[in-house]
Amino acid sequence: MAEAIWMTILHFILPLVVVAGIFTALMMYVAPREVRTIFKREIRSFFTSPIAYVCVVIFLLISNGISFWFGGVLERGEADLMLSYFQYLPWYFIILAPIVGMRLWSEEQRLGTMELILTMPIAPWQAILGKYLAASVVLFTMLALSFPIVLTMNYLGDPDNGVILSGFVASYLVSLTFLAITSVFSAITRSQIVSVLISVVLCLFFWLIGLEPVISTAVNLGGSIIGELTESISMLSHFNELAKGILGTRDLIYFFTFIAFCLFSTSVVLKLKRS
Amino acid sequence: MIEVRNLSKHFGPKVAVNNVSFTVKKGEVLGFLGPNGAGKSTTMRMITGFLPATQGDVSIDGSDIVDDELGAKAKIGYLPESAPLYTDMTVETFLRFAAEMRQIPTAELKNAVEKALETCFLQPVRHQSIDTLSKGYRHRTCLAQAIIHDPEVLILDEPTDGLDPNQKHEVRSLIKRMGQEKAIIFSTHILEEVEASCTRAIIIDQGKVVADGTPEELKAKSERAGSLVVKAKGLAASGIRQELEKLSESRKVETLESGDDWVRVRILPNKGKAKSLPEAVFKLAVEKNLVLEELAQEEGRLDDVFRQITQSDTTLAAA
Repeated sequence: MAEAIWMTILHFILPLVVVAGIFTALMMYVAPREVRTIFKREIRSFFTSPIAYVCVVIFLLISNGISFWFGGVLERGEADLMLSYFQYLPWYFIILAPIVGMRLWSEEQRLGTMELILTMPIAPWQAILGKYLAASVVLFTMLALSFPIVLTMNYLGDPDNGVILSGFVASYLVSLTFLAITSVFSAITRSQIVSVLISVVLCLFFWLIGLEPVISTAVNLGGSIIGELTESISMLSHFNELAKGILGTRDLIYFFTFIAFCLFSTSVVLKLKRS
Repeated sequence: MIEVRNLSKHFGPKVAVNNVSFTVKKGEVLGFLGPNGAGKSTTMRMITGFLPATQGDVSIDGSDIVDDELGAKAKIGYLPESAPLYTDMTVETFLRFAAEMRQIPTAELKNAVEKALETCFLQPVRHQSIDTLSKGYRHRTCLAQAIIHDPEVLILDEPTDGLDPNQKHEVRSLIKRMGQEKAIIFSTHILEEVEASCTRAIIIDQGKVVADGTPEELKAKSERAGSLVVKAKGLAASGIRQELEKLSESRKVETLESGDDWVRVRILPNKGKAKSLPEAVFKLAVEKNLVLEELAQEEGRLDDVFRQITQSDTTLAAA
């Protein structure tokens, strides 16, 4: 047991603490004050409303429950989480990331506070980034609190902790991308329900087009080029590559450009909505 | 301080604001009047940079709201129409947030928040969550965020809406006081407010400026401005009326009340004769041996002017 705890701390908790530390340092010393101010307000608002807690708890219950009951973590007898755990995580995020992100801009429009912050001396991108980062901390918390599964694996056997960590990295990147999609649609409508629904549908779309049957249909209809195109647009293939423990630059670039594009689209939507 | 030149805003085919120009100098309080839907809020939203203008420009103390957006915004304090607030924050944390957004140095944050709390009488509710506040307190909280950075320019969209009479009075005197060293625009449809705190007023109707002047100048435009209410005794009512109508100064005589040997009338003067009208009436009374029981000249009322000028849309709607 002591060894399992030690391995978990070394290979899971320590890296997360380092990431969190770097993030905090960047926020404190590099980020513009405007971004920090928005970020602080959003974080406070997330953790004073029940929504963040509810999402974290639901995520932990479902992610652990499903992998133990249906994924067969224990029965597999192998120290690999890909099949039993990580392949399900993006599915939860398809719903949970939009729920976490729905209020980002919908709430501003519903309350009318958008008129307040957009007439203050702050560039829209700073507000968009500050809000996005705050929501990304909520998603980070969900994954960080999943440490029991790492502990369990280390207790039961001798897993490749590097692969487990990259599974988490891949899942986090997918959830961040879903969150960025939500950011766009929360800017479009003042109704949180509508923004969740549209976001879920779009997240689902970008996830499903990576599934085998969809790709083979695409190949049948439009040839191998269309098939490859579909596969490269979809998140699934990039997720799979990363989760295997291969930190390919192509996959990282895919996620980061996707996120950057969505945040940029958010600013375009906000601008169009005003004119 | 505030310069608005040829400002227009179109929403699709609808023209919400049509070629509006005016300037507000430091020390001026400009009352922005107009019926609902006249384009007051839209104009204010363009001045504060929330809405982009279709045409025209706005400059705040030399900074253009488009070319130097952040510079111009930094000089403005803005109270939007519905006084929006983050309802999940307490009054104090919200004002701290506003102060940080306004780039107030960390060392001065505390003072700025205290001062805003004090100016807007918010100390009793400072630790209360905003969603538990009454409308009056909410409004003042939003006003507090508008003045927290001591801006040179204040844009207040219906600052007294939803306040009780005492609070209205407080806010009006606050505006008047701040107006001595700032440039302030505030919109309202309560006309007494304009007389109480404005140095100048603009009436806007269907997106156009239809009147611009000091409250006194506007009042003088009233049909009744300079009219004389006279109660005279000594002759039959119709006789007195005839004599008054004969005066070269009088344009029209309206009977207000009458008895057997007395009449109370309002005399509307001919153009430019308002000043000599009382004297003429007095001389007439002496000549005809009439007793004057009342002789009062009216100033003209702002709501008459307002109605005269802005009735265009209602008559159109009726036709």
